[in-house]
Amino acid sequence: MTIKEIQADIVDEFSMFDDWMQRYEYMIELGKSLPLIEEQYRIDDHLIKGCQSKVWVHAAMEDDKLKFTADSDAIITKGIIAILIRAFSDQHPQDIIDADTAFIDEIGLKEHLSPTRANGLVSMIKQLKLYAIAYQTQLN
Amino acid sequence: MQTAMLDVQKIREDFPILKREVNGKPLVYFDNAATSQTPKQVMDVIVDYYSRYNANIHRGVHTLSQEATDAYEQARVKVQEHFNAAKPYEIIFTSGTTHSINMVAHGFGSLLKKGDEVIVSALEHHSNIVPWQMLCEQTGATLKVIPMNDRGELRMDAYEELLSANTKLVFCNHISNALGTINPIETIIKKAHAVGAAVLVDGAQACPHVKPDMQALDVDFYVASAHKMCGPTGMGMLYGKEEWLEKLPPYQGGGEMIETVTFEKTTYAGLPHKFEAGTPNVCGGIAFGAAIDYMNAIGFGTIAHYEHELLEYGTKKLLEIEGLKIYGTAKNKTSVISFNIEGIHPYDIGTIVDKLGIAVRTGHHCAQPIMDYYQIPGTVRASFAFYNTKQEIDALVAAVKKAKMMLT
Repeated sequence: MTIKEIQADIVDEFSMFDDWMQRYEYMIELGKSLPLIEEQYRIDDHLIKGCQSKVWVHAAMEDDKLKFTADSDAIITKGIIAILIRAFSDQHPQDIIDADTAFIDEIGLKEHLSPTRANGLVSMIKQLKLYAIAYQTQLN
Repeated sequence: MQTAMLDVQKIREDFPILKREVNGKPLVYFDNAATSQTPKQVMDVIVDYYSRYNANIHRGVHTLSQEATDAYEQARVKVQEHFNAAKPYEIIFTSGTTHSINMVAHGFGSLLKKGDEVIVSALEHHSNIVPWQMLCEQTGATLKVIPMNDRGELRMDAYEELLSANTKLVFCNHISNALGTINPIETIIKKAHAVGAAVLVDGAQACPHVKPDMQALDVDFYVASAHKMCGPTGMGMLYGKEEWLEKLPPYQGGGEMIETVTFEKTTYAGLPHKFEAGTPNVCGGIAFGAAIDYMNAIGFGTIAHYEHELLEYGTKKLLEIEGLKIYGTAKNKTSVISFNIEGIHPYDIGTIVDKLGIAVRTGHHCAQPIMDYYQIPGTVRASFAFYNTKQEIDALVAAVKKAKMMLT
């Protein structure tokens, strides 16, 4: 599936929820249920410094596709990370570079991507794209 | 101090913002330690200034400039009287506490030398740690820290051991922003003076709750921000004893702070202008005066009494939530409750309660050393003002319970 198709799926899933509480409960579930990162990568080298919650990201190439794993110490942040990983992981680096994040707005989580939110998510997306740029350079 | 009954419903009428909704819920504003809300009496003064007499001050001979100058200088006298400073020119208007602290730290740059010591408390806001670190790096002086105990109180025994003939400056907040601890500044000042050290007290968190008396405290420097006491942002003050302000070099060069200028030499203006280079925040100063008038009309005794009730009620109600722990349990504290729920990140709680219309602060509150002491990433901090109510505390408790349910 392409990033666009996955994002459309996510938007579809979220459209079933009537209110913010259901959306957040779903995100919290996502955050709880996913093993996001291997313990060996949950270290300061992989830390993206958000002001409040910590976010770790690790990237590795497999068969020309970039796979991300990530984690956070805050559960809501972790839920959003799970959504981002689903949308961006296991894709070609160039597709990740080209992808936009408008779907976050569409699923009613826009506030989490405000640069002033200080939860590290804006930095996380930037980091995903930086990894993609780095690996794309290697492919070229 | 007078402690009349406080009519909270009448007071809330003064604050238009308290009527708004957030995420479809009535706003509950519990982030007062970060910034307080502004009563319409202060807003009216701001509108009146820009409607009638907006002008540059101290220089113009025209009527508007004269009126603005008079109002600005009257505000200085209001601040002087409020803090009981000996002279109006011991009050320097600044952009806020951080600016004020940096002015003193900069001034001490020329007074400190290698081997000198500066003492700060473990309860400090980052804005109170960083300028002193920079100052020590620059001068070769050493920075020492008064440690705290588990309740978030400064250890006065350790403080006495840190003091010596090498101590040149002691820096401490009057009230901790992260925990609400009221520090024994009278004792801190006395003991510092006994070894010949100057004391700078950060009153940013204290001034919304108490009325500090500069002369009774015998403090050398005291700083505060208007926006935490119902005034505008970008406005604050530095109180300094005349002898100290004379001793410190000016912080910035510019207009207003000079007496004569030739290309060979400039002589500086007298106090307070020596420290007020450039066009000041005229409206901010006047509004600061209005905010002080507003709070004094209610009365600080009345405010303290009412806020203490809120603190006791909030503490009792929040502690009924299983797994909730309050950080900062000093005997003497203001209406700040910093807490966590076991196993839940404070950011998650803050996010959910915001959805329910409640404004609290989450994070390390710019006081990472305190968070490191407790080995936590941060806390949720609810800080109450005299316009808050017990019903709002009930809404907070219900929201925290809901957040807990969702997050565990």
